[in-house]
Amino acid sequence: MATIGTGSATQAAVLAAPAYDVRGIREDFPVLRQTVYGKPLVYLDNAATSQKPRSVLEAIGHFYSEDCANVHRGVHLLSQRATDDYERGRAKAQQFLGAAESREIIFVRGTTEAINLLASSFGRKFVNAGDEILITALEHHSNIVPWQMLCQDKGARLRVAPINDAGELLMDEFEKLINERTRMVAVSHVSNALGTVNPVAEIIQIAHRRNVPVFLDGAQAVPHCRVNVQELDCDFYAFSGHKLYGPTGVGILYGKAKWLEQMPPYQGGGDMIRAVTFEKTLYNTIPYRFEAGTPNISGGIGLGAAIDYVNHVGLDRIAAYEHELLEYVTRRAKAVPGVRIIGEAKEKAGVLSIVMDVAHPHDIGTILDREGIAIRAGHHCAMPVMDRFGIAGTARASLALYNTREEMDAFVKGLEKVREVLG
Amino acid sequence: MSDLGELYQELIVDHSKHPRNFGKLQPADHQATGYNPLCGDKVSVYLKLDNGLVSEVRFEGVGCAISTASASLMTERIKGKSLAEAEALFQNFHELVTVGHPEPAAMEQLGKLKVFAGVKDYPVRVKCATLAWHTFRAALRGEEPDISID
Repeated sequence: MATIGTGSATQAAVLAAPAYDVRGIREDFPVLRQTVYGKPLVYLDNAATSQKPRSVLEAIGHFYSEDCANVHRGVHLLSQRATDDYERGRAKAQQFLGAAESREIIFVRGTTEAINLLASSFGRKFVNAGDEILITALEHHSNIVPWQMLCQDKGARLRVAPINDAGELLMDEFEKLINERTRMVAVSHVSNALGTVNPVAEIIQIAHRRNVPVFLDGAQAVPHCRVNVQELDCDFYAFSGHKLYGPTGVGILYGKAKWLEQMPPYQGGGDMIRAVTFEKTLYNTIPYRFEAGTPNISGGIGLGAAIDYVNHVGLDRIAAYEHELLEYVTRRAKAVPGVRIIGEAKEKAGVLSIVMDVAHPHDIGTILDREGIAIRAGHHCAMPVMDRFGIAGTARASLALYNTREEMDAFVKGLEKVREVLG
Repeated sequence: MSDLGELYQELIVDHSKHPRNFGKLQPADHQATGYNPLCGDKVSVYLKLDNGLVSEVRFEGVGCAISTASASLMTERIKGKSLAEAEALFQNFHELVTVGHPEPAAMEQLGKLKVFAGVKDYPVRVKCATLAWHTFRAALRGEEPDISID
């Protein structure tokens, strides 16, 4: 498990802590109480989106029923309360990522918008014809397409570092692909399709030796392991609220102030300006320069509540617990005849991707669904990864802090059912 | 497996494992390739026409049990039919898998294709069942298949 920034003291604290109370945690998630097709819901599509604890739902409800007002512009009390709560969300995200300053935290719609903002704004300033952007063969479409669009616009070149059959980045090849034309290295922290944890510390060291900034797509990482952007020394980091038990439509782009200060605005509008005339506009300071228009206020507040929730359970404990679950379900799924695991990296987090000889992933998905088990079937917005393995798609079970060993058993039983129906 | 059995009928499982008329048709008078972006399914349909009748039809591609079986059974059913008859079959088939219970005469027309009646209870699988048909229609019209309307 790639836990970043954990010393032996933290590990000792984990061992000394009371047993992981997964029953109690499940009580916090109203959606998990239901049955589907008469069977208890087994939710294993957490990499797509996670369920929300009551505290998040209440924080959003509280904003709309008590404090609803616009932020950063009202002299009245409700606007003050809304602004305070929203900005507290930013401060929580700052602490969560270990960022030096809250002005390095930009609210966005999600990881996708974060990468579009970065590619567009950084690209406009720093990328020219003949330059290169380096990504990996493990990326989600959202960490491919915005860079591809930038490269097309600028006449720049998108380079792709290859992976091995286990789904691990080939570091030698990666290093060879960095050169004096490389303007950005953009890499997923954890792969959404395979669960591979990339050696991000090493990647950053290699890139920085050549003075190339590094962006990490943390969408699949932050729910599963502790991240500290200062210890990592990454230049940019992004994640989505909804995969971290928070609401949809809100996410974070972290950027070192020294970069953000140099970058032009992404969108124009209210809140991102200091003064406007028809001749010229003075832009606001960071992070507001990148936050045009009324933001997702309840989203920012909900994200703050989600971060509180994860901190309350403890990321180190979540990581240790999920790691054990993943090892268990991997071992058991492997024992089902005809099941092949796609992605067997040494370092993995949260994801088990499989194919079966008797069934297409879509059929696996339908049969499991009728057993009450929600998984994702398909290419997981990572078609190049599927091409790399010569498959159309996989059936993916992805874990969260509320999943249980019994649910892993139900999943494996579901795979046996697939054999029964289609074998 | 009562309700799953409604979907994965024996005939469907058989055609998914042993698709009929599978492979390229060269040369073909018409051909098109359809994709289901949701799951990555891909099917190519090849046609030969003779005097307004479908004289030869084959398909190839990768897909789930439902899409493969649907393509296989479609080729069996439309071979030898006129273009108007094939279009009418598609309409009836579409009704069968989306709203269910076509008119008795239409049901009669569908023949073996009736086996897809269970799809109606699996709305997310409708596109799997209709992909080959949309691709067939696109091949005739020389267009890109459009499955966004299901």
